[in-house]
Amino acid sequence: MGFMDFFRKKSSGEVAKDRLKLLLVSDRANCSPEMMEMIKNDIIEVISKYMDIDSQGLDIQITETESDSNNGVVPALFANIPIKDMRHTPAKKKEENK
Amino acid sequence: MSEVIVVTSGKGGVGKTTTTANVGAGLAMLNKKVVMIDTDIGLRNLDVVLGLENRIVYNLVDVVEGKCRLKQALIKHKKYPELCLLPSAQTRDKDAVTPEQMKELIEELKADFDYIILDCPAGIEQGFKNAIAGADRALVVTTPEVSAIRDADRIVGLLEANEMKQIDLIINRIRMDMVKRGDMLTVNDVCDILSIHLLGVIPDDEQVVVSTNQGEPLVGTNSLAGHAYQNICKRLEGEDIPFMDLDVKKGMLGVLKGLFKKN
Repeated sequence: MGFMDFFRKKSSGEVAKDRLKLLLVSDRANCSPEMMEMIKNDIIEVISKYMDIDSQGLDIQITETESDSNNGVVPALFANIPIKDMRHTPAKKKEENK
Repeated sequence: MSEVIVVTSGKGGVGKTTTTANVGAGLAMLNKKVVMIDTDIGLRNLDVVLGLENRIVYNLVDVVEGKCRLKQALIKHKKYPELCLLPSAQTRDKDAVTPEQMKELIEELKADFDYIILDCPAGIEQGFKNAIAGADRALVVTTPEVSAIRDADRIVGLLEANEMKQIDLIINRIRMDMVKRGDMLTVNDVCDILSIHLLGVIPDDEQVVVSTNQGEPLVGTNSLAGHAYQNICKRLEGEDIPFMDLDVKKGMLGVLKGLFKKN
């Protein structure tokens, strides 16, 4: 919770809207929480090969984005991946250095 | 040219039957020939909302099974001779009728009526499939609540998958006092979330319960919800009717009604 939220509590209407928006996107995409967890783990695994990421802070969700081609709204996989350390060397090389 | 409209929602208890009854009666008041079909086999209610429960002889399943002619099963409304009801069967199951049989039935009705309005059961099973089979357009009814909106979204998806030509939204039972406080989703919120065309907004109105108690349609009476239903009917007829300002009217009418009701 942010600092400002302490002063301005979200109205229940806003809460409902936010919850519904997220819920419907995953309903529409027909994507189960288990599958999201699998995607999340795979992303962690792949990115970790190249840089040091904060796997606890990683957040993925299905949202919507404006499509470039057919000017409509399409589902999009949004991933917020906090990087702890940008290692420019691939993981393999780093092991050699050790 | 007759138009076949299905009134659906997914979730139960959001006002499908009330909407069917009032849109049907409202169109009949505009001198259209209207037939309403209750497709909720096993849980019929449209007859009782319209006050026609004592006049049922034959029902939808009897017609489909050839036990009577279609004309014999149609019940004419006392007040509006242009308004007919084809009641549902109370003691049968949803699968007593197939989507193909519904389509045939609707084709037969098209010759005599301007509007054929189907009251869809809650849920997404057989009854829903029967109700949407022959429809040209759908009115999706929802209330401004998370559960109803979620189900409405699912229904919209299913209607699109079934290639429904036109899908419109009716937001029922909105309370402007709660919206103002921020404790209810606004009309814009609901439209944003569902992203389908808005046909009408019905305020939460005690008169809906009163008129249902009496078995009379609300449309045409001097109530907020009655006006809202009338506007929906005019929009269905192609008129460009602006959305009414529920908030202002509620305040003004509330004060006036309060004054008159004292005696």
